[in-house]
Amino acid sequence: MTAIRLENVALTLGDKHFFFDTEIASGAITAVTGASGSGKSTLLNLIAGFETPDKAFPGKMGTGFPFGNATKSSMGRILVDGKDISRLHPAERPVSLVFQDNNLFGHLDLLTNIGLGISPSLKLSAADRDRISAALTRVGLGGFEKRLPPTLSGGERQRAAFARALVRNRPLLLLDEPFAALDPGLRGAMAALLCDLHRESGNTVLIVTHDPDEVARLADHALFIEDGRILVAAPVAEFLQRRDSPGLAAFLGANPA
Amino acid sequence: MLTARQRLVALSGGGLVLAALFLFVGLAIARLVALGGWAAALAVVTDRYILGVLQFTLFQASLSTALSILFAIPVARALARQRHFAGRIWLVRLLAVPMGLPALIGALGLIAVWGRQGIANQGLSFLGLSEPVSIYGLTGILIAHVFFNMPLACRFLLIGLERIPGEYWLMSASLGLRGRDVFRFIEWPVMRRILPGVAGLIFMLCATSFTLVLTLGGGPKATTLEVAIYQALRFDFEPPRAIGLALMQIAVTAVILAVIALLPAPEDRGLTLGKPVRRLDAGRAGARLADTVAIGVMLVFTALPLIAVLVAGLRSDLMKLVAEPIVHEAALTSLVLSLSAGLIAVVSALAIVHAQQAAAGGGLLLRGFSLALAASSALVLLVPPIVLATGWFLMLLPTGDVGAFAAPLVAAINAAMALPFVVRLVGPAFREHRIRTGRLAASLGLSGWARLRLIDWPGLRKPLLMGLSFAMALSLGDLGAVALFGSDNLMTLPWLVYSRMGNYRTADADGLALLLGLICLALTVAGTLPRAETPEEDRNR
Repeated sequence: MTAIRLENVALTLGDKHFFFDTEIASGAITAVTGASGSGKSTLLNLIAGFETPDKAFPGKMGTGFPFGNATKSSMGRILVDGKDISRLHPAERPVSLVFQDNNLFGHLDLLTNIGLGISPSLKLSAADRDRISAALTRVGLGGFEKRLPPTLSGGERQRAAFARALVRNRPLLLLDEPFAALDPGLRGAMAALLCDLHRESGNTVLIVTHDPDEVARLADHALFIEDGRILVAAPVAEFLQRRDSPGLAAFLGANPA
Repeated sequence: MLTARQRLVALSGGGLVLAALFLFVGLAIARLVALGGWAAALAVVTDRYILGVLQFTLFQASLSTALSILFAIPVARALARQRHFAGRIWLVRLLAVPMGLPALIGALGLIAVWGRQGIANQGLSFLGLSEPVSIYGLTGILIAHVFFNMPLACRFLLIGLERIPGEYWLMSASLGLRGRDVFRFIEWPVMRRILPGVAGLIFMLCATSFTLVLTLGGGPKATTLEVAIYQALRFDFEPPRAIGLALMQIAVTAVILAVIALLPAPEDRGLTLGKPVRRLDAGRAGARLADTVAIGVMLVFTALPLIAVLVAGLRSDLMKLVAEPIVHEAALTSLVLSLSAGLIAVVSALAIVHAQQAAAGGGLLLRGFSLALAASSALVLLVPPIVLATGWFLMLLPTGDVGAFAAPLVAAINAAMALPFVVRLVGPAFREHRIRTGRLAASLGLSGWARLRLIDWPGLRKPLLMGLSFAMALSLGDLGAVALFGSDNLMTLPWLVYSRMGNYRTADADGLALLLGLICLALTVAGTLPRAETPEEDRNR
């Protein structure tokens, strides 16, 4: 089953060219890997709606835009469950987001921060408040409704971000290096929490990571991006054996485990 | 990293400056108190005229502050939201211009735009409005204070808004926050933290504003304490009233300074390396319209008076003006005064900063000394230049010829005015320089002249010149101290502009105003340019 389809999605940012044409499995955790600047976050930004695919895709990699006669079929599209979302505003997309940091508005308490995930103008019913409390309890932050983010540890802040994703209940969860700012010891516990939440909701998870252990531990599938293109897309067992490029070999270690 | 001798030199230098400053300010206050005493203080609180002046001072300052901030909020919001459009950087620079412009020059430009014959009233009458806006009186004072302080508020707010982590904007777009939600949950909380400090500063500037009220205020109904002091001394010659007003002014600034000290300092929370800021909400039609209006109104309001000064100045006979002996004389006087004031301010600031460094980590006595050094800035702010000048004016009155002392006093008052700002400019640079070079210089045994020439001057030249430039701009544009002492003996450029304005020789005033404005702006730009970051160089050192 396919959750996300990127069809001929091309994007130029400054002098960097990106081109994605891939499918992401539904109800699974897919790890997105690659060197810094290769385009991992750009892939997430495209799906989240922070970037819009270019109108026409480059004929050849690196040659820019040779044609002005873009046809509809040559325009990049992003489909979620068969529906084209490429022109939708980020808020209209079936997506929840978790960044590495600053996921919560620092001056607002957790109830407000998570409540904004339900209603952007913070019109919350009693039932909504109960849902928020339940979500906080689920991520291990029961009773933290009135706490301000600066009074929490980095791990607790990421848990709160998970709680917001939980109440939003969107079919896609995009995580951009969510554990990179945490101590190695904490990462395991957070990954376990993510796995549990994923299993309960059956959502589709896309997680950008720098950590091969995290790929092995969390993911069902994995992508490796190099120079703005997806070099490898495979189930995780196969992915860990691949050494398609020096970059991938450097990421996974020289010899297959 | 100082030897005992170096330390002693540093401490005594700071002590000397501190003593001179306290003496200079203290003598003026002592004179006021001695002449007036309790009788004056009592007379002040019962004098209807003085109470009226006090009331108006506070009333116009409150209104000016509120209007400046209300105007600044949508402009700062618009500039923060629209991050990419042609000329944005020039708009942000435009916001810095009023700060470097002498108040008198700004007043001239505002009269040209808002005066009876100005563009604003012509436009209004064209629209069929018969009642013209009067630039004189409360309206004029408010327009002028907003002209000078809205950009200031705007800059502070913009800096705050631009420090919001990039993730917030992505998250707010993803969560579907609309304009008013973004304002309520993101922008306003940030502004709310900044505004008390900004409001305190603007209120202080408006409550002690002299030149603008002098040129635009209308009669006894629209006068502030500072202008009333000036009138009491120069026109009515009623020293007791001047004393009462001066004491009242000190009380008012003391209260304002105390309130500012109590206000929460803007938080300096650690910035995480966030994502780059991308404002997805910038393109919405409503946001675009609101931002265009806010930025457009700001541009017209701020730029028109500047353009008016430029156009009027160019229309005047600049060649003839530059050839006039009195202009030469005034220019020379202004140059000498501002250079003296600038040098005094920079040397004093350096002595203060140096002594603070030497006193750091010392015992109780040294800590007290360090506190006194830090308080010197507050002392200068507590006693506005006009009050300082009044004290000295009254002290020198018995000598029969106040004018003879005018030049050194004006230079000293201008230096004192600039001191807090120069300390703030030079202080961080000096500390940084010492951290970088202190240990190495000490281990090499460098001291005295060799250290000054090889280590300190190359490292500190730039911040010191910046401080000098800023202090000179402040002194060059100052009308207050000169107005009180000014006679035919002491004709500075601003005083010349002011007297030509009064004598209906407005073309001359316009030409001189343009020259003075350009000089002051150039000096301010040189004095406030951000210090170039050179990490590479530092590492190699």
